[in-house]
Amino acid sequence: MRLGARTRLLFTTFAAVLMFAGLRSPAAEAAEPVVVYSARNEQLIKPIFDRFTAETGIPVRFTTADAAVLIERLSAEGKNSPADMLMTVDAGELWNAANRGLLRPTRSTILEANIPATLRDPGNRWVGLSQRARTIVYHPNRVDPRTLSTYEALADPVWRGRLCLRSSKKVYNQSLVAMMIKARGEAATEATIRGWVANLAAPAFANDNQVMEAIAAGQCDVGIVNTYYLGRMLQKQPDFPVKVFWANQRGDGTHVNVSGAGITRHARNPAGAQKLLEWLSAGEAQRLFAGSNMEYPVNPAVEIDPLVRSWGSFTPSRINIVEAGRRQATAVRVMDRAGWR
Amino acid sequence: MLARWRASLVILLAAAPALVVLVGLLGAWLTPAGDALQHQWRYLLPDASRNTLILVITVAAGAALLGTALAALVALCDFPGRNFFSWSLLLPLSIPGYVLAAVFAGSLDYSSPLYSWLREQLGWQWPSIRSVGGAALVLILTLFPYVYLIARVALESAAQRYLEAASLLGRTRLQATREVLLPLALPAILAATALVAMETLADFGVVAALNVDTLTTALYRAWYGMFSLVTAQQIAGFLVIMALLLLLLEHRARASLRMRETGGVALQRRRLNPLQAALAMLFAGTILGISFLWPVGHLLAWASSHFTADLDARYWGYLARSVVLAGLGAFLIVSISTLFVYARRDNVSWIARGIAPLATAGYAIPGTVLAVGLYAPLTQALPWLQGTLFILFIAYITRFFAVGHAPMATGLARLPIALDEAALLLGSRSFERWQKIHWPMLKGSVAAAFALTFVDLMKELPITLLTRPFGFETLAIRVFELTSEGEWERAAVPAIALVLAGLWPLKWLAGRMSHAT
Repeated sequence: MRLGARTRLLFTTFAAVLMFAGLRSPAAEAAEPVVVYSARNEQLIKPIFDRFTAETGIPVRFTTADAAVLIERLSAEGKNSPADMLMTVDAGELWNAANRGLLRPTRSTILEANIPATLRDPGNRWVGLSQRARTIVYHPNRVDPRTLSTYEALADPVWRGRLCLRSSKKVYNQSLVAMMIKARGEAATEATIRGWVANLAAPAFANDNQVMEAIAAGQCDVGIVNTYYLGRMLQKQPDFPVKVFWANQRGDGTHVNVSGAGITRHARNPAGAQKLLEWLSAGEAQRLFAGSNMEYPVNPAVEIDPLVRSWGSFTPSRINIVEAGRRQATAVRVMDRAGWR
Repeated sequence: MLARWRASLVILLAAAPALVVLVGLLGAWLTPAGDALQHQWRYLLPDASRNTLILVITVAAGAALLGTALAALVALCDFPGRNFFSWSLLLPLSIPGYVLAAVFAGSLDYSSPLYSWLREQLGWQWPSIRSVGGAALVLILTLFPYVYLIARVALESAAQRYLEAASLLGRTRLQATREVLLPLALPAILAATALVAMETLADFGVVAALNVDTLTTALYRAWYGMFSLVTAQQIAGFLVIMALLLLLLEHRARASLRMRETGGVALQRRRLNPLQAALAMLFAGTILGISFLWPVGHLLAWASSHFTADLDARYWGYLARSVVLAGLGAFLIVSISTLFVYARRDNVSWIARGIAPLATAGYAIPGTVLAVGLYAPLTQALPWLQGTLFILFIAYITRFFAVGHAPMATGLARLPIALDEAALLLGSRSFERWQKIHWPMLKGSVAAAFALTFVDLMKELPITLLTRPFGFETLAIRVFELTSEGEWERAAVPAIALVLAGLWPLKWLAGRMSHAT
């Protein structure tokens, strides 16, 4: 039997209505859910949230987007926002959200015990959950690691035509420069960046993978990347010819950023959100949160992924990561003035 | 066709969401935002504006030439494979620009296996794809199908009589094409080129993937880097002004060229001789190859080791949601733009006439800025809208109205007013008149409008990302999730699914378009 066009249209409309109706009526849930706005991707958080739900019975609902967009959304929704927690992949955005009054302070002895003070907001509005080390990488055949020392030394003319950098549009570079400004001041940092720009072997790249591929292909000899990108590369290709060098070990330590989270000002379930945050800061959750992306746990008691451990231990920066946010806008100006695109 | 006040109302309603966004951007100009903009004027905007201008001009010119040449070939000539090319040349539309940019960067940049091999074996060197020229190439290859499709529909509906008249006047086929058919299709080509130019103005994905500085990257730098949404909105204001200037140019050019025709005998395609046919196939095949087959092959190679890991039952959900959102969105946009072009055809009030062009300006606003610009006022005024798909569809309509509008406007403009008047004299009511007289001649335009908006919406990312309900993942969102931390090889799996999902609708619609002529 053939259906008439009108019948088919009716059916389609009916199916569409059902679909949309289904979206608005969540199934009956035992505990009140925690709602997360996340800039960390789905594949890195869903397995962990699923585990949290299995262990505690508290469901987690989340949506993902760029942090800047999620912050505008939180701000626009105000008191009506369903979000209990904001999760980002960078401290600058957490600082920005806290600065705009979108996050609430949470006092928790568990968080204080598990997370080093430099990786937490001094106002307790957010905490880091994994560390992302951004350091120097090099080609072992063309660079003697003894000639490497600090980020700043890459501005030296010996690296002319040998340096590759990612675009200054990426927040990871903005945070690095912000922390350099805190440590050395604006003028010295600007001079360093001018040196880097003069040393570039190729226009800045769109991502860290391209920087490492350029080093491997011989377009340049050194670069600055987040180590987990190299970790992923090495998983696919164990003999990938790029090595890690821990920058600034004799001085202020290697730059680390955090992927972290805070509880929103208008959270409807702050208790559930705090429970999730505390759960993420310890044990297996902490190992998974960092390990699934080959980042470093924030909790020093938690074991590091074996491949990541093989790069050796390092001293991270001792400056509180909140400075990365506070000085980010200045960092962008410095990079613009120095011509880092 | 519609009463005067009703026509004005249709135009005002269709333009309303765009007006909300534009008023917001205007508001940004009146908001103090420190000296972020001055800083950008000094260090970024001169270069960024120049690059934007170069991109808009080269991409518009390139897409217009390529699209028109292919349209003329497929519409006017007959050669083996013509049927295949007639629909497959639309396929490059289904590849998101930033995916094509990543493929080009991955396969043509210094560190790519191809370049490394050619450099080491043969000493070849070529300029970096990560440049303004590279971005222009990528944008031309993803955007030429707009011109191809809209120009082809226009050429195919051109009457055979004109060609016959030209040949009676002693013109060769080529002269007749150049002097008669192309001018007839020119309004459509201009409208499509304006679309391409607007999309180029608003593009962020391609230029970011190739790290080329434009006004949109400056805009995101102010917002994401300097935490100044207001500065970003001020720059978006520039983009809108540039778009309105473009629309004005296009409108004037089109007005001076207005041609009407009555359809009539379908065009007879000229059979090419074997050498010409081979050249035609080589040309169309090369373009299809570099804009579609090669990137898809590259994606397949990337995806090959991830199919088993990533491809599972969830993909049915991603696919269904992508198709439902794009299908429903395209349906809404085409319906509203049909009403809109009819309303504009009527003698409407000066306010409606003045506001009408603003309805299509949304296409030049980067999706994220537009989404935030609509989301904030809508959720504050009507909090119960939060978490529904209503805001999503309103934002889709605002951003993509121009895509549905261009084919409908050029399609309707070809129909003479005399036709309406004749029908009116014969006492037919408006719907009947539309169904019997306009519909048969507009079917092709409707199919073209639907195809273009559908494929654009399938790829759409920023609006869907911000306004979707919890857990509402689509194929485009899956691509975003995987690429946002640089996992390109895994992202190739949903990217291929996205391309395949667009394949069938495009083929089907291409069939409708041909039947219509």
